[in-house]
Amino acid sequence: MEKQPTKRDKPWLMRTYSGHSSAKASNQLYRTNLAKGQTGLSVAFDLPTQTGYDSDHVLARGEVGKVGVPIGHIGDMETLFDQIPLAQMNTSMTINATAAWLLSLYVAVAERQGASQDQLQGTTQNDIIKEYLSRGTYIYPPEPSVRLITDVVCYTVKHIPKWNPTNICSYHLQEAGATPVQELAYALSTGITILDAVRDSGQVSVADFADVVGRISFFVNAGIRFVEECCKMRAFARMWDKITQERYGVEDEKMRRFRYGVQVNSLGLTESQPENNVQRIILEMLAVTLSKNARARAIQLPAWNEALGLPRPWDQQWALRMQQVLAFETDLLEYGDILAGSTVIEAKVQALIQGAEAEMERVREQGGMIPAIETGYVKRQLVTSHTERMRAIERGDLKIIGLNCFQQTEPSPLVGEGEGSIMKVDPRAEREQIERLQAFRTGRNQADVDAALAALADAAKSGDNIMPVSIRCAHAGVTTGEWGQALREAFGEYRPPTGIDISLHDSPSAAVQEVRDRVRHTGEELGRPLRILVGKPGLDGHSNGAEQIAVKARDVGFEIVYQGIRLTPQQIAKAALEEGVHLIGLSVLSGSHMELVEDITAELAKLGIPEIPVIVGGIIPVDDEKVLRNQGIAAVYTPKNIDMNAIMADMVDIIRASNGLKPYQQKAA
Amino acid sequence: MAARALPDPEMLANGVAARDRAALARSLNLLDDKRPEARRRAAHLLATLPADKLDRSGHLIGITGPPGAGKSSLTSALIQVWRQRNLSVGILAVDPSSPVSGGALLGDRLRMLAHDHDAEGGVFIRSLACRGEYGGLSAEVWPMSLAMLAAFDVVLIETVGVGQKEIDISKMSDTTCFVAQPASGDSIQFLKAGIMEVPHLLVVNKADMGTAARKTLTELRTTLKKQFDPDGWQVPALAVSATKGTGIDKLADTLESHRVWLVEHDLLATRRKRFQAEWILKRLREEFGRFGIERLGGEAGLFDELTRRHGSPFDQYDALRDRFLANWKT
Repeated sequence: MEKQPTKRDKPWLMRTYSGHSSAKASNQLYRTNLAKGQTGLSVAFDLPTQTGYDSDHVLARGEVGKVGVPIGHIGDMETLFDQIPLAQMNTSMTINATAAWLLSLYVAVAERQGASQDQLQGTTQNDIIKEYLSRGTYIYPPEPSVRLITDVVCYTVKHIPKWNPTNICSYHLQEAGATPVQELAYALSTGITILDAVRDSGQVSVADFADVVGRISFFVNAGIRFVEECCKMRAFARMWDKITQERYGVEDEKMRRFRYGVQVNSLGLTESQPENNVQRIILEMLAVTLSKNARARAIQLPAWNEALGLPRPWDQQWALRMQQVLAFETDLLEYGDILAGSTVIEAKVQALIQGAEAEMERVREQGGMIPAIETGYVKRQLVTSHTERMRAIERGDLKIIGLNCFQQTEPSPLVGEGEGSIMKVDPRAEREQIERLQAFRTGRNQADVDAALAALADAAKSGDNIMPVSIRCAHAGVTTGEWGQALREAFGEYRPPTGIDISLHDSPSAAVQEVRDRVRHTGEELGRPLRILVGKPGLDGHSNGAEQIAVKARDVGFEIVYQGIRLTPQQIAKAALEEGVHLIGLSVLSGSHMELVEDITAELAKLGIPEIPVIVGGIIPVDDEKVLRNQGIAAVYTPKNIDMNAIMADMVDIIRASNGLKPYQQKAA
Repeated sequence: MAARALPDPEMLANGVAARDRAALARSLNLLDDKRPEARRRAAHLLATLPADKLDRSGHLIGITGPPGAGKSSLTSALIQVWRQRNLSVGILAVDPSSPVSGGALLGDRLRMLAHDHDAEGGVFIRSLACRGEYGGLSAEVWPMSLAMLAAFDVVLIETVGVGQKEIDISKMSDTTCFVAQPASGDSIQFLKAGIMEVPHLLVVNKADMGTAARKTLTELRTTLKKQFDPDGWQVPALAVSATKGTGIDKLADTLESHRVWLVEHDLLATRRKRFQAEWILKRLREEFGRFGIERLGGEAGLFDELTRRHGSPFDQYDALRDRFLANWKT
């Protein structure tokens, strides 16, 4: 009998995307996770940190410490990595518009720990381009954003050679609805944009350019159609190899390798029967591990209860254990590429490559990824794909177990009534963070801070690399908000097209016709067409839900006011007044719904329009839903509400009720 | 729950004149409201607004141009300059409606977000859907712009991105500004061929595009040499960049110089009367067709009659409507 192969491949880096409340609480969590066998860190920052605001900025209210850890200055960063030697750690930071700043803080802390820059290992996401399409934590216009990405790349290649300076993301494109072909095309086009910018910046010599190419990594999504997703990874590897060889003349095969990390799909995780998410997550993980020739370098898995709220440490531990079982218990890592030679796989890979190359050509014809984003082309493609997906779920063509089929269920012992199954951020976290920040400000040397900020502004204008002066700012005690503001003044701010001006061509179903009648007749009864405001308050940039509601509402005959993301309660109330809307729909996914809804309701009263009904959609825990309803919110929608026609019909009746009309009665045929 | 009561038109009119934002918002809602009682109150509201303001003060500006020319960004840049000059600004931004569902996406505010933080509340934006009207405007624009004139120094109407043939806005604004895209020769061809109605001002946006913008501007200037509008105003052409903020001051100056020219030639009030007459005629044509217009005395006669009389658009329209219905019955 032949002896079984026993030599195993080294497993991928195992991480858990985490961070919350405060640097101290997150540090404790990290140390626990490392003790459990996690081999790297993946830092989640809160939204004020991601969008360059201090915790006491007006836009930060309700967002501090919610979706990640608040890092306002070097003191926070030191606390975050207390007793974690950065010289030995491999740290991934999900940070984009402020990536140069957070990397500077990381470098400064490492220096204070006695480590040298060339020892540091890790990743900054630093793909601001996809932020204009999904996720939404952009700050500056495309041109300076590309320059910031470029500066980080050029700096790290010289000084922190083991760092992955940019993690080009197709992950969030899939979350925004991208098909595998769109993911391939837009992520690779972004790669080209960044490499072209680095080459044209003149900061890297021709001889060193291959090193730059070798440091570019990707952050990819894996959805439930795991065979196709597996082929997508193989297509990625082959296309990147070709691009780097043909476009950039990289001879060394190793430098052309498609290096990627993965977080598997959150889009398909359900709020109903959430235990089913466990098998979804595992199947999705297979897509990125089966092919030895296109295997992920690092994996982080979502928790089973992500659609319910923030996961607890136990939920994250479960996600880590899934990886460990696959890597250490199964025989996966004992073989070569088990899919090589499969004609079925090869045919699918070829089909994906062909489709992606055609779409890349369309982007190229428009002048590249940036112009194609500025005109709204790419975003419209994504919104269209997402709309098609939503419709397929509604029709039942796309089956999601427990959501649109097999809904009948026993009560889940995992989901207790209310609070039990998710983590609650301590409501004192925000106030305490603000107090610490204000104390930090008074304790620093203001002259150093002013001089560092002046140097930062100079570098922003002169085009000098932003990193050295940002590291100086970090040591001097500059805050995240000050760094963000200095560059806001130098670069300006930007709002990308929303992409929701798409045309829908399919013939409407009877249900859609019925809702259109409701909307039209109610508009006639009220004397003018029904108008609604779709608002995204706070710093949360996950706009898919708001976009889908806006597209749907227009399709059934509402006039929609939509101003994109990141609005203050004052802006939303002002727009509601000026636009004369009949209803306000808010979308919040960052967990800051209680504070934001309270503020918006107060603003509406202040402007004398308390009578306008407000509905809220997002990741809203059951307990919060009850409180919101008691506060007068007319309806709350969560990911389990997939029947968009029913939501639209509800909105009509809410408008009717607030105007003293009886619920709509369908006219007898 | 009882049906919500309609607001009192005189209180609204006082509020609007005092630039009370809530009163203005409610007035615009009322002017949009097609229910008979609302329509009666809306007519009362318009009749109560200070007539001198509606007739001859303020500046009613129309901005039009093809889709993607950057009209909203340009509007936003202009607002900034006007606010620096201490002028209050009202905006009516018109977007297309879906011909199938009637729904509309009102997205222009997105490009004007910066003005949400205006401390003095000197900027007010109302979006409108064109609701099946051709020409890039909706029927509600004229009455609504009157309410805005009562409240603000500058009232700007931004049209749907229209084809070059249909510029209804020139029949509704003191000064019409056409925004052209660099390197799109269409507008020039239409101008040369006399298909495009001549605006008062041509603007090439995106001047940061360099050569393409300069070339378009040169072509426009060559074409426009000695081009006058029917009132005798010589049409200038400018290059600006809304995103970089260049040329915007000059544009604001040029818009103002046209307003001064209109005042000096005693044309401002005359033209506004013409706009109202056009608006009423269009509504009558829609409701009663060419036959109806003939029964009422024909286009020319009606136009003449309307421009000689005073009154709110709703009152004037209703009077003619009643006259037609009375004639019809006899």
